[in-house]
Amino acid sequence: MVTIGAIIYEPGNTTRNKTGNWRTFRPILNTEKCVKCEICYIFCPEGAIYEDENENFRINYDYCKGCLICSKECPTNAITKVREEK
Amino acid sequence: MERVDVITGTTAAAIAAKLSKVEVIAAYPITPQSECIEVLAKFIADGELDAEYIKAESEHSAMAACIGASATGVRTFTATASQGLALMHEMLYIAAGMRLPVVMLNTNRALSAPINIWCDHQDSISERDTGWIQIYAEDNQETLDSIIQAYKIAEDEDVLLPVMVCIDGFILTHTVEPVHIPDEKKVRDYLGVYEPKHAYLDPDRPITQGPVGVPECYMETRKQISDAMEKAKKVIKRVNEEYYEIFNRRYGNGLVEGYNLEDADTVLVAMGSVCGTIKYVIDSLKEKGKNVGLLRVRTYRPFPKEDIKEMLKETENVGVLDKNISLGFNMGALGIEIMATLKGKKVCNYIVGLGGRDITLQNIEEIIKHLEESEDGETKWIGLKE
Ligand code: SF4
Ligand code: SF4
Repeated sequence: MVTIGAIIYEPGNTTRNKTGNWRTFRPILNTEKCVKCEICYIFCPEGAIYEDENENFRINYDYCKGCLICSKECPTNAITKVREEK
Repeated sequence: MERVDVITGTTAAAIAAKLSKVEVIAAYPITPQSECIEVLAKFIADGELDAEYIKAESEHSAMAACIGASATGVRTFTATASQGLALMHEMLYIAAGMRLPVVMLNTNRALSAPINIWCDHQDSISERDTGWIQIYAEDNQETLDSIIQAYKIAEDEDVLLPVMVCIDGFILTHTVEPVHIPDEKKVRDYLGVYEPKHAYLDPDRPITQGPVGVPECYMETRKQISDAMEKAKKVIKRVNEEYYEIFNRRYGNGLVEGYNLEDADTVLVAMGSVCGTIKYVIDSLKEKGKNVGLLRVRTYRPFPKEDIKEMLKETENVGVLDKNISLGFNMGALGIEIMATLKGKKVCNYIVGLGGRDITLQNIEEIIKHLEESEDGETKWIGLKE
């Protein structure tokens, strides 16, 4: 439900809002092929790539916009794409 | 105490804004609106009105200031015309989208080029789809009453939309007429203080106004405005009646006004001051035993489709006068919409009075004659020089 005048009554709600919902393609990171060069991590304009507790690179799909820059920059082709299913 | 003053339309509007106890006025002067904001500046300078007066550097800024002020929860007013209204264009959408009940006087004037300061309706018609309610007044009295009513309508919780009251440049803005000025206290009691529930500034209640509306929610906001426009029809009618009970004046049913519609099989449809001229012609024809009617559209937005359909259901000959032209369609906006409303009926469209071209009694008679003789709906430019 949108409020009248689209007013937001809860401050700080952007920390909760997921912004990754307009993706057309979903990048898939294959940790087997990944050499942990960090290039995708540096290039991702959304800061959606992070290192998990096992020091593997992962993609946070709540914020990933699907721009596929990561996939293009990855030197080992570890990141492929699939069409997003809504 | 109620009194009668002989004043211009722009002064009537300024007095109405004062009676409505506006708290912020942001404006930029433009012909033929200037007198309105000059009079308001004088009210403030003389201590008759306690309001913030923001002298903006353009109409775009004036509307932006009104939006900002209204978003804090106070009553705001501005006035403009022509190029000034056009310059406000993008801001008009924002006022409506944020659901801010800003009230504005627009003194209708042609758009350049060539530069023309005189009256036609092209300026406000061009802002048709911004989400603003548009009321077209016929005379100076109605100008004053409409501004006061505009606050009542705009601030209604079922509406919450900005309102522009449109008056014909020079024809009303610079012509004096006796105007009943209601008692100040009576108007204040009637309007009360604007106390918005949705949009006001309070450090204890932080809110975000004017956020991003992603594809997941933008369409819903547009639907809400569309619904509010529909609801406004009922509110405008109610306000018209309430106003009559308190101030003893009403304008048709608030949305449309019929004049000599019974018995008439030829009806003209028009907006604004030309309706006074048409009424005069209707009266003189009546003396000669001829019945012509007038349907005056008072609110162009929301468009009173249902009333128009009902009031013209028996009418054979419908002629619409337009002080604007939709170039490339060779019809005026009102003509197109009446044609759409009366599906299949013969509707003739008359383009009149562009850029201040006089609309004479003879012109109106010529229109009536053409309308009665014409077989099909067609568009005719009236008063063109050879
Ligand atoms: S697709 Fe774009 S947004 Fe998503 S992880 Fe890769 S670089 Fe970041
Ligand atoms: S760019 Fe490729 S190889 Fe480098 S860290 Fe990212 S996924 Fe791994």
